[in-house]
Amino acid sequence: MTSAAAEPGGFLSAASRRGPLAMEANSLSKEFRVGRGQVVHAARDVSFNLYRGAVVALVGESGSGKSTVAKMLAGQERLTAGTIRLDGQPVELTSLRAFRRYKGSVQMVFQDPFASLNPVHTVRHHLERPIRLHQGRKSKAELRAGVNALLEQVRLIPAEQFAEKYPHELSGGQRQRVSFARALAAQPSVLLADEPVSMLDVSIRLEMLSLLDDLRNRLHLALLYITHDIASARYFADEVLVMYAGEIVERGPAEQVTQQPAHPYTQLLVASAPDPDNLGSTLRSGFQASAGRGVAVAEQGCPFSPRCPFADDQCRAEDPAPQPVSADRAASCWHLDAAAAAAVATAGESEV
Amino acid sequence: MTAAPTIVVDPAALADEPQVRKLGQWSRLPVKAKAGAILLGLFVLAGVIGPMVAPYSPDYQSTNPALALHAPDGQFLLGTTQSGQDVLSQLLTGIRLTLELALMVGVIATVLSVVVGVTSAFLGGLRDEAMSLVSNVFLVIPQLPLLILLLGYLPQKGQTATILVLSLLGWAWGARVIRAQTLAIRNRDFVAAARETGESTWRIIAVEIVPNQVSLIAASFVNTVLYAIGASVALAFLGLADLSSWSLGTMLYWSQSAQALQLGAWWWFVPPGLAVALIGTGLVLLNTGIDEFGNPRLRDAARAVRIGGRKQYPADPTPVWQPGEQPRTGIGRLVHSFSRASLADHGSAAGGRAS
Amino acid sequence: MNAGPVLDIRDLSVAYRTPGGDVKAVSNVSLALQPGEIVGLVGESGSGKSTLAYGACRLLRAPAVITGGSVRYQGRRTSGSADVLQMGQEDLRKLRWREIAIVFQSAMNALNPVLNVRDQILDGIHAHLRISRAEAEAKVESLLDLVGIPRSRLRAYPHELSGGMRQRIMIAMALAADPEIVIMDEPTTALDVVVQRDILGQILELKEGLGFAILFITHDLSLLLELADRIAVMYAGQLMELGTSAEIQHEPAHPYTTGLLNSFPSLHGPRRELAGIPGTPPDLRRPPPGCPFLPRCSFGTDACKQIDMQLAHVETSPDLDHVTACPFVLPGGQPAGPTALREGSTA
Repeated sequence: MTSAAAEPGGFLSAASRRGPLAMEANSLSKEFRVGRGQVVHAARDVSFNLYRGAVVALVGESGSGKSTVAKMLAGQERLTAGTIRLDGQPVELTSLRAFRRYKGSVQMVFQDPFASLNPVHTVRHHLERPIRLHQGRKSKAELRAGVNALLEQVRLIPAEQFAEKYPHELSGGQRQRVSFARALAAQPSVLLADEPVSMLDVSIRLEMLSLLDDLRNRLHLALLYITHDIASARYFADEVLVMYAGEIVERGPAEQVTQQPAHPYTQLLVASAPDPDNLGSTLRSGFQASAGRGVAVAEQGCPFSPRCPFADDQCRAEDPAPQPVSADRAASCWHLDAAAAAAVATAGESEV
Repeated sequence: MTAAPTIVVDPAALADEPQVRKLGQWSRLPVKAKAGAILLGLFVLAGVIGPMVAPYSPDYQSTNPALALHAPDGQFLLGTTQSGQDVLSQLLTGIRLTLELALMVGVIATVLSVVVGVTSAFLGGLRDEAMSLVSNVFLVIPQLPLLILLLGYLPQKGQTATILVLSLLGWAWGARVIRAQTLAIRNRDFVAAARETGESTWRIIAVEIVPNQVSLIAASFVNTVLYAIGASVALAFLGLADLSSWSLGTMLYWSQSAQALQLGAWWWFVPPGLAVALIGTGLVLLNTGIDEFGNPRLRDAARAVRIGGRKQYPADPTPVWQPGEQPRTGIGRLVHSFSRASLADHGSAAGGRAS
Repeated sequence: MNAGPVLDIRDLSVAYRTPGGDVKAVSNVSLALQPGEIVGLVGESGSGKSTLAYGACRLLRAPAVITGGSVRYQGRRTSGSADVLQMGQEDLRKLRWREIAIVFQSAMNALNPVLNVRDQILDGIHAHLRISRAEAEAKVESLLDLVGIPRSRLRAYPHELSGGMRQRIMIAMALAADPEIVIMDEPTTALDVVVQRDILGQILELKEGLGFAILFITHDLSLLLELADRIAVMYAGQLMELGTSAEIQHEPAHPYTTGLLNSFPSLHGPRRELAGIPGTPPDLRRPPPGCPFLPRCSFGTDACKQIDMQLAHVETSPDLDHVTACPFVLPGGQPAGPTALREGSTA
């Protein structure tokens, strides 16, 4: 990560460190039937690739469908449409055995450290189960050693003492580390982290992210980092995918997407993040972040059109297809030029 | 980013933590639970050793007519029945029989309700609907008339028959409650995490979900035992039990049919009646205690904490206590309120009070 | 027109009585809130920031005990200042919600799930204000307009509303009696960044309009740098630094503040080297002598175990109210000279 900081071509150096293709998501879609024949499109036509050793960030607000995508990749939700390929092979989870085998390669970490551990079991129990299930038969001594090794991997030392603790005796950060350890016990190649640090204090988020980074590096994991905090995505991820209302509206290298957002929604996200270096610019000047509050997502056409300052009839009629922004970037908008021009103008104002 | 930092906790510090947990479960139980447990304990003891220490066999009948319906005296500690039988011996046998029956019913019905409640909540869909329908039917049917019907038509009215019938009708309520709680637990993240690990459904139910319900299951068990005692005594009183056995209910039946109340032979029906009431009370106390113990939120809400000798109730404002200030209890506070220092305090406070 | 601070907390200490000993959640904290000011209270979980705010209103339940200090309140409607710690139940009832209102952290848990929006606000109004039913209903509607919730949602239940809307309702309820102070306990933590910005903007607008002071509690320093006038940094129950947000951002005079500033990734501007603060807060049952931040401080020396944690004016700052508890490190990481260690300041 530190090596990528100073280089302008941040993405290239990340590309050079990324390994083989681990997982392909092709046109994933998920529909939920909600009473009275209504259908909610939680995810629409979502496609991306995960490479070993690289981090892909899926950024979006709540309701954007990012957690649904994660659950589909984890095998927890059935796909309405689309396919998933793991190491080139199509994924079909028809039996418990197939599911378990899949779990040995793809693991998910949950958001809430206070809810993801069973309060009546010790840390040891939480870690022994996946070891038994995924690492084959072990003797008692081997199990103990395995649990200690896992705790050391997530830097909970002394491991012996942490193993005997109950979840309520640990802090939020420690619990989240135990959740990581549990996922790693299955020795996966893909780790899906669903908002792993959102519920932790800001001051320990960096620690946790750098732990994840370390694990990614050492274990050569393909990491999907799901978050609503686009600032952390800039630092942590190689590639950023921005989701809105179930669709991917922009994708590209993390630094470029966060510094020169092309899609109006990404611009909104970037403008809404607290900006200590530009004190009070958006807050005190009365800048209206969104055109309307709590407005429903448009069913037809571009889902962002009700809130978009550049929307016109074409946007309301036709859902935009991904338009290339540069060699490795794309955004789904009919008016990328107008959005880019407005972004330059705002940047000029804040300089003044 | 810098290298991943290690969380290193000084092992000495970890080991040094005050072992509050080891204080033992007993002292942490609320007073109600302790009272209930002690009360029940006495009866269980009576039930276990009772028949062995009973002075007479319960159906020993003395042929001496002068000993019939005899008030309590040195020879018969609780008097005699109309047929000259020792009430105390009958009581002790009765306690054992009633407790046995109630505990058996409790165990069978609780097992049934856990199995039905948890699986129906976990499986969901049509199977859940079907099982809920069945338990709702059992709940809605008037219990006592059904009990009377069933027992009336059974060829055998023995202990086993009563146990089976009571269990059959007693599981439905617990099943509903456990189902509701399972539905809530099912959606929690740690269940999804267990599935992530690749656990099979049965293991998730048995190892992840049920251990979280122990306090609810215990409360359900105690409730069922209470119900069983009440129902079995009622049935026996109505004459629908095996009248040759000596349970508390049959004692009441015989005393009623011999018109003990009108004859003033209180020693015949008061002891069994009191025994039933006390066992019931003990169970209820234990149950409320388990409830508070198992649910920390109930516990905190109900408990008044003692600070500096004064009880603080949950709705009281935060107490202000300067260390070194003597905690004053009742009389001390009364006396102190007359002192000059106390009057000075009130004066300054009154001057600055908000209008 | 009252000249003094609207809430004057002096040397407040709050402890929790547990079987294992007293947990000193707050130790000797002094903070003054001026009318119409926004003061941010920042710290990690367990730093005592919520305990401080709730303790000052006597809202903490036993086994919490206030073990020292004073809290004085002086609002537009009161004559003279009142000592909150000496108040009886009735006076406290009048104080709470009418003078000091609180917006709680998790609106979903703070709103009654079986009451709709209208009934909930009416409930609060009837409990504290003596106005007619018609007036109360009109007030509810004007409050919803104030926070930007459409009147069509008047009869909605909490679970039917989005997180942002629920938080707005909490804010509306807090403002119903036109309080002098609004304490906001992490009001935007569970919300998305876009909704968060909306709500913060709304709060600012309301403050300008109604003129109340805000005590804003959060663990996210980046929010406070934009929002607050002054910021108080707490750690392990003690105040580490107090200054205006500009001073805190550009001239942090305490290593912990510097650590916090380096903890959040910034979106705008060049990519900085991020550090974070390794380690964990101390056990408050056995507080270590001297500075509690010592084990995690990159400037720490043995001398830090001797200091008495008094807040002193920052040497290089022209502002007399910019104070810090660290006598050894100046803004910019410069070591303070030997004169920084004042006579008689060692324990």
